[in-house]
Amino acid sequence: MAKAKRDDVAVTVLDKDGLGDFIKNLRKSGYQVFGPRRDSDAVIYDLIDGADDLPAGWGSEQKGGHYRLRRRDDGALFGYGLGPQGWKRQLYPPRQKLFAATRKEGGGFTLAPPAPPDPPMAFIGVRACELAAIARQAKVFGDRDFADPGYQRRLAEALIVAVQCGEALDTCFCASMGTGPEVKAGFDVKLTELIDESRHVFVAEAGTPRGAKLLKAAKPASPADIKAAAQVVKNAEIQQKHLDPAAARALAANPEHPRWDQVAARCLTCGNCTMVCPTCFCTTVEDVTDLKGDNAERWRKWDSCFTTDFSYIHGGAVRTEARSRYRQWITHKLSTWVDQFDETGCVGCGRCITWCPVGIDITEEAAAITGQGRN
Amino acid sequence: MNVLPHDPMVPVPFRIEKVRRDLSDTFTMEMVPEAGGDFAFRPGQFNMLYVFGVGEVPISISGDPADRSVLVHTTRAVGTVTEALDALKPGDVLGVRGPFGTAWPVEAAFGHDLVFVAGGVGLAPLRPAIYQAMAHRERFGRVIVLYGARTPEDILYKKELERWRGRFDLDVLVTVDRATGKWGGNVGVVTNLVARGGFDPLNTASFVCGPEVMMRYAAAALEKKGVARDNIWVSVERNMKCGCGLCGHCQWGPHFTCKDGPVFRFDGIADLFQIREL
Amino acid sequence: MVKPENLGRIIDEHPFFQGIDATLRELLVGCAANERFDAGQFLFRQGQSAKKFFLIRAGTVAVEIDQPGRPPIIIETIAEGDIAGWAWMVEPYQSTFDARAMTLVRALSFDAQCLRRKMEADPALGFEVMRRFVPVMAHRLAAARLQMLDLYGPTKKPKPEKTAKPEKAEAKSKGRNRAADARLEKAESKKKKDG
Repeated sequence: MAKAKRDDVAVTVLDKDGLGDFIKNLRKSGYQVFGPRRDSDAVIYDLIDGADDLPAGWGSEQKGGHYRLRRRDDGALFGYGLGPQGWKRQLYPPRQKLFAATRKEGGGFTLAPPAPPDPPMAFIGVRACELAAIARQAKVFGDRDFADPGYQRRLAEALIVAVQCGEALDTCFCASMGTGPEVKAGFDVKLTELIDESRHVFVAEAGTPRGAKLLKAAKPASPADIKAAAQVVKNAEIQQKHLDPAAARALAANPEHPRWDQVAARCLTCGNCTMVCPTCFCTTVEDVTDLKGDNAERWRKWDSCFTTDFSYIHGGAVRTEARSRYRQWITHKLSTWVDQFDETGCVGCGRCITWCPVGIDITEEAAAITGQGRN
Repeated sequence: MNVLPHDPMVPVPFRIEKVRRDLSDTFTMEMVPEAGGDFAFRPGQFNMLYVFGVGEVPISISGDPADRSVLVHTTRAVGTVTEALDALKPGDVLGVRGPFGTAWPVEAAFGHDLVFVAGGVGLAPLRPAIYQAMAHRERFGRVIVLYGARTPEDILYKKELERWRGRFDLDVLVTVDRATGKWGGNVGVVTNLVARGGFDPLNTASFVCGPEVMMRYAAAALEKKGVARDNIWVSVERNMKCGCGLCGHCQWGPHFTCKDGPVFRFDGIADLFQIREL
Repeated sequence: MVKPENLGRIIDEHPFFQGIDATLRELLVGCAANERFDAGQFLFRQGQSAKKFFLIRAGTVAVEIDQPGRPPIIIETIAEGDIAGWAWMVEPYQSTFDARAMTLVRALSFDAQCLRRKMEADPALGFEVMRRFVPVMAHRLAAARLQMLDLYGPTKKPKPEKTAKPEKAEAKSKGRNRAADARLEKAESKKKKDG
């Protein structure tokens, strides 16, 4: 995603066909286009061929340990809330080859870097919280001494089409975390879906010259359209869940709170929260060889701090108990992440609540442990 | 580092030149970049060593930082990868990523007495700092090496310790947990040597390296002696996998042990030492 | 012989006696003597009546336990500035270890029996002495515990015995021909026969 230049801002309106052409153009210019698509019982972010793949008329019902698709009474393309996983799947794939090593004749081996990169990606339907998550991961993968060149390249090349939420899920708390629902930065094009009796259109605003170019042929938006778009996002500000990020900083100072035992009694340490969290970045590596042992590869795989092996040092694991592992996860997310990167590791998307099999709620746990009197 | 590739996750091949067995399970390897060139590092830093097809392991660098022509690692064979390292011979090739992590602040200790407290193989990560300190010997008051080993047979770098002990400008005190054979030296934990003093506590910097329990008690002994927390440094071990803060494994409270450590100033982490399973 | 005023100076300069009050100082000087041990000589032996304690001024002392047919086990070494012997203040006032000079040792010895009597007669003085000795004992205890941990010992765990994975074990338990079970059954039937 290229840097924004405000004087290039163009606000336009696309109808459904216009959006279809927009996607078609992206594909024509060589992008792999990823967007929301219904796949059996969920809406996931996947390769799409065109606007017809978008989950028209599908909504979702989400709460602790609960995700159900439901039909909406409108034909909204972006009314499904959030998919199970954010865009880290595309930007930081679950399995990445780091290198291949081949034995040389006469001893030693050569190391080959991974295969040449795939074509650039375009993301359709990135929510405000997801944009924030992308920015946070970008910091992890390049803020300090070392950068992950793969992540940085994929992100730099990616074309980001953000979409503003028109309503919040029961699990959303982006407003508390200051990451949404309004899309403010980090996009090439920002869409706001407008549906009423007379029309179904998308107010499309460019955030970068690249975005502006894509919208060149589109019809300019009227002041009324722009006003309507602003109203849509207001609706999404009404959220049920709240988290006080400043208070949650105190998690690190409460390593012996009795609540850790209570939450550990429910936590299955399955690691679902870490897999669906759009900022969780931990990985492990796997070394593989062929049968002859002449060719070896090293793969990087998503990992979870909920596994015992995660903290292994010679002799054994450091965090053997569920309480220590849950504590590590939430404390890192809400407290020590701030020490590391000057911002919180939680963007308020609520995925960890939805996809926790036992419905553990990060907002409740943070409040209980930092003594905010909620339970 | 001069041979660090653009991608910090891709190793550079090094060829082993020499292997020396230090102890029954501990060995020292000298290696050079296969493609030629130097290897620069600061004392206390570590590398990720890759054994073809087996995996990678973080090992501290134990050579002389002034000699960039050769990379020296002392390793104890305790796991799959270190055992595979142990099987390598001169001429074999391994992959190196690094150097990573923070260093013993030898130069910041100029003007002070300098006390090294080492336990077991913890002497290996301190050795580069001892070399560096001795290269600037005139910049320090007293320089003392306190070393605790399990038995006389487990004393690492024994000949070198003897050589050092022969110097007039370096005090070397060794103690063992269990005396065996004709051992006529000290018996007892290394913290006892700290208690014995011989340095000016108000003007002392101390570098401590060994098992975490030993470091906790050594730091306590130094504090009891009057050395301030901000003059004590320790080297912490956690699960370093990438070495460069990308994989998350070595997190310890707010720290990525691989890049904020392994060498930490004690005042910054003393509280973390007290939290179980952190 | 060292003159009492010299003994006084040694006491004054030693951290162990720092801030000592005048009465105790006088008393200690009165019951102190300078001693010298050649390498191999014993300061005290296990089981002997603990009549003295020592302030080591130079040299190294091994605190050890003798065992027949093998060299003695050295528990710890104590050196310059350390105190040797605290059994004199714990009933039944018998030394619990041997203390052997490993090198030439110079030490101040203190007549413990005399001191003990004074401590009993004057509890304030007794407390003052205890206050200085208890930390020595605590330090020794802590050091001994750390030493017991075998901190630098091999971290390699003994290779785990091959155990069947739970699901496999369950599957297996359906069969009746498992060796272990067969043996058990044999034993059972034998028992029955015997009974």
